[in-house]
Amino acid sequence: MRTLIFRTIAPYLTSLMVLFSIFVLLRGHNDPGGGFIGGLIAASAFAIYGIACGVSPVRRALYFHPMAISGFGLLLSTLAGWLSFFFEVPFMTGLWTKVSVFGLPVDISTVLFFDIGVYLVVVGSITSIALALEEREHG
Amino acid sequence: MTADSQWLTFLALMLPFAAAATAPLLTRLFRHNAAWVLALAPALIFLHFAGLLPAVADGRTVAGGYSWISSLDVDFSWYLDGLSLTFALLISGIGTLIVLYSGGYLKGHEHQGRFFSFILMFMGSMLGLVVADSFLTLFVFWELTSITSFLLIGFDHTREASRRAALQALIVTGMGGLSLLAGLLVIWNVTGAGSMSALLETGDALRQAPLYMAALLLILGGAFTKSAQFPFHFWLPNAMEAPTPVSAYLHSATMVKAGVYLVMRLNPVLGETGAWETILPIFGGTTLIVGTLLAVRQTDLKLMLAYTTVASLGLLVMLTGFGSEKAVEAAVLYLVAHSMFKGALFMVAGLVDHESGTRDITSLGGLRAAMPITFAAAVLAAASMGGLPLFFGFLAKEEIYAALGFSNGWSSLLTLVALIGNGLMFAIGFAVALKPFLGAKVETPKHAHEGPVLLWLGPLVLGGLGLIAALASSVSHQFVSSPMSSAVAGLPVTVTISTVPHVGLPLLLSVVTVALGIVAFLMLDRGRALMAATLQTIGWGPDKGFDQALRGLTRFSFGTTGVIQDGRLDHYMMATFVALAASLLIPLFLFGELPSLPAIPDAPFYEWVVLLIGVIGLGAVIYARDRLTAIVSLGIQGFSVALLFMLLGAPDLSFTQFMVETLSVVILALVMTRLRLSPTDHRPTGEKISDVLVAGLCGTALGLMLLRVTQVPFNGELSEFFAQNSRVIAHGRNIVNVIIVDFRGTDTLGEIAVVMITGLAILALVRIRAVKPARATGKEG
Repeated sequence: MRTLIFRTIAPYLTSLMVLFSIFVLLRGHNDPGGGFIGGLIAASAFAIYGIACGVSPVRRALYFHPMAISGFGLLLSTLAGWLSFFFEVPFMTGLWTKVSVFGLPVDISTVLFFDIGVYLVVVGSITSIALALEEREHG
Repeated sequence: MTADSQWLTFLALMLPFAAAATAPLLTRLFRHNAAWVLALAPALIFLHFAGLLPAVADGRTVAGGYSWISSLDVDFSWYLDGLSLTFALLISGIGTLIVLYSGGYLKGHEHQGRFFSFILMFMGSMLGLVVADSFLTLFVFWELTSITSFLLIGFDHTREASRRAALQALIVTGMGGLSLLAGLLVIWNVTGAGSMSALLETGDALRQAPLYMAALLLILGGAFTKSAQFPFHFWLPNAMEAPTPVSAYLHSATMVKAGVYLVMRLNPVLGETGAWETILPIFGGTTLIVGTLLAVRQTDLKLMLAYTTVASLGLLVMLTGFGSEKAVEAAVLYLVAHSMFKGALFMVAGLVDHESGTRDITSLGGLRAAMPITFAAAVLAAASMGGLPLFFGFLAKEEIYAALGFSNGWSSLLTLVALIGNGLMFAIGFAVALKPFLGAKVETPKHAHEGPVLLWLGPLVLGGLGLIAALASSVSHQFVSSPMSSAVAGLPVTVTISTVPHVGLPLLLSVVTVALGIVAFLMLDRGRALMAATLQTIGWGPDKGFDQALRGLTRFSFGTTGVIQDGRLDHYMMATFVALAASLLIPLFLFGELPSLPAIPDAPFYEWVVLLIGVIGLGAVIYARDRLTAIVSLGIQGFSVALLFMLLGAPDLSFTQFMVETLSVVILALVMTRLRLSPTDHRPTGEKISDVLVAGLCGTALGLMLLRVTQVPFNGELSEFFAQNSRVIAHGRNIVNVIIVDFRGTDTLGEIAVVMITGLAILALVRIRAVKPARATGKEG
């Protein structure tokens, strides 16, 4: 599978896919997309990178262990739900606020962080499975 | 109760846990002298509860609490009457002495801080248990005592005997705890009362309920296991593996009395029935006799005491079940007396062991000169245990005989049982108190001398109290015995018995008991040999039975696991898919819910083309020569379904389906290479046919079910709600995403947790190195 062409384009393809996955994640609330789909895209991106260039470059690029990313995602989602306790509303009630980024009004919400958490869980879990399998293939 | 004193009581209940949390640190700072600081906690608690004595002696009760789980109507509440207050005083009072004693006993032990922590936690649990009002509070503390007892018995966890004893105690009392919970729930349902105070006001409601018998048996299941009644007594002697402060505190003075407490607490509502007055005396009486006989057999000081504890608990249950007010008074007096003298004797046994290096009665003797204070404490305690005049145990024994009497055959039988039991306990008590100290000096592993003040303070105070409480009997009756008896009997009772002997039947029986005890004491060695021979002949006991039951359970689970989990993936898959097909098909046929055949839809031709691609993909899966082709073909089928979703207007679904298909192809291919399977399929024809059959059935079943689902009238309420509110409430136009992350966010939270746990499990599986060589089918063909 490690053809020259594949190895050459894999990093670019992966970067594009990860970028796209984040785009999909962020647009999810209003258009098709969301954390789950975004996570799947990013996971396939890392799987492709791993197949093309081997597992260790992917692990280096990810820096954290994929399972740790997954765990962080779960924590983030849970915390996003817990935030509602401070406003004395039921667990997981969506809270919204507007902030200004470079003069542009942006809606920030607990729901967004929850979705990011979902994204990280999916990316982390599936990437770690794929990488573990790829590793043994060459090991 | 004012808010202030309510807060104080709550504080008193929580103080042991706070002390437990600080114990390791304090022990690191002050070493064994931390005991002096830590003993302040139980001492303060004792003072707090002692302050409530006048009110309770007046016949009032002190109740309080806080709302705990208001939605379930569960409170954290307490209820103090004569019964619970006496228990609270015993727990905190003896607890103070035990903490001090532990300071000396485990001096220099590397885990002394941990020990303090455990014993204080136990104290908190036990306190909570006896003052608990709401059933749930009671149950939680009841279980906590089992758990802390487990920790304490297994304190010396490097020894296997300790671990076994700890586990055994936990299993026996834990099962009893479940029984208790069930019993409390039955009572709750029958009477509608969720707390002791409310229950005590329901009068005859429980006794007349059809479920009375069930409630009674379940409650007794809890009480009898906790209080080591025959045939559940075996865990208590085994629990002597624990350090002696534990034996003195948990397994004689407090925890094992929890069952007796429960029986006494429920006596006003469960008692005075035929069943109550039969079951309790039978079990209690049997336990009394069996306990004393087994005690005769022992040579280990602690084990002798442990079996007499079993016997005493039997006596208490028997008396409580006898039913008369006099018997209740006797039980109350004996309970208080027992807590003091047995706690003291255990501490003496530990002290002797600590100083001489052995606690085998046959290799001890002549210690009186070396350990005079210990000897004094031992004699004081044994005098109370033997029921000699001037001691509190004497009052108890007089009351026992006065209560039982010879009025009919039943009471005569119980009197006889009490007589034998008391006589033997007299002998054992004095054997423990005299044999190590009198006679010729026997060489012991350690050179014995008097222990430090931390060690002898406890037994001496408890032994002395047995004398003082009896001499000042009017005071102790006014504040302790009478209020407690009233609480147990459910009506005002006044205890009057004093140390001045009254000529009569009870005194006569007391004399007989003492005579019997002296004879037994003198013949103890012969009795021991006789008992040993008898037990040898029987050769089986509940302790062995426990092991057999556990072994049987292990073997059973091993057997079933071997059958169910044979380790072959194809069998697991087969079972899963057969179950899936059956669970879908059988109801469809059984309830006549088969779908009608739908009309051929009027779809545009490109949708037909996509469908065709899917079918071709499926065909390719079946006819593929090698596995990789099959996997990719399966992907084609998946993609065409995803395309159909897209064409039918479900972009999110289709999007996800595309990604899932891609990833499954990648991961399946990786797994295939990982497993080093042969590239082609080598199944024998028979296996192929059964696989085809199951696959076909599953497909048909799913297809039929989906068709049927679409033919059921559709309730659009939810879709409408989501469509209308997605933008308004959740500020999102993509309904699917809004449902996932907002409306049904908690579901998603659960799902991502599952995703992560599955990921972890798969990661672990992939990392396991194959131990056995791959099976024939897995090898290159």
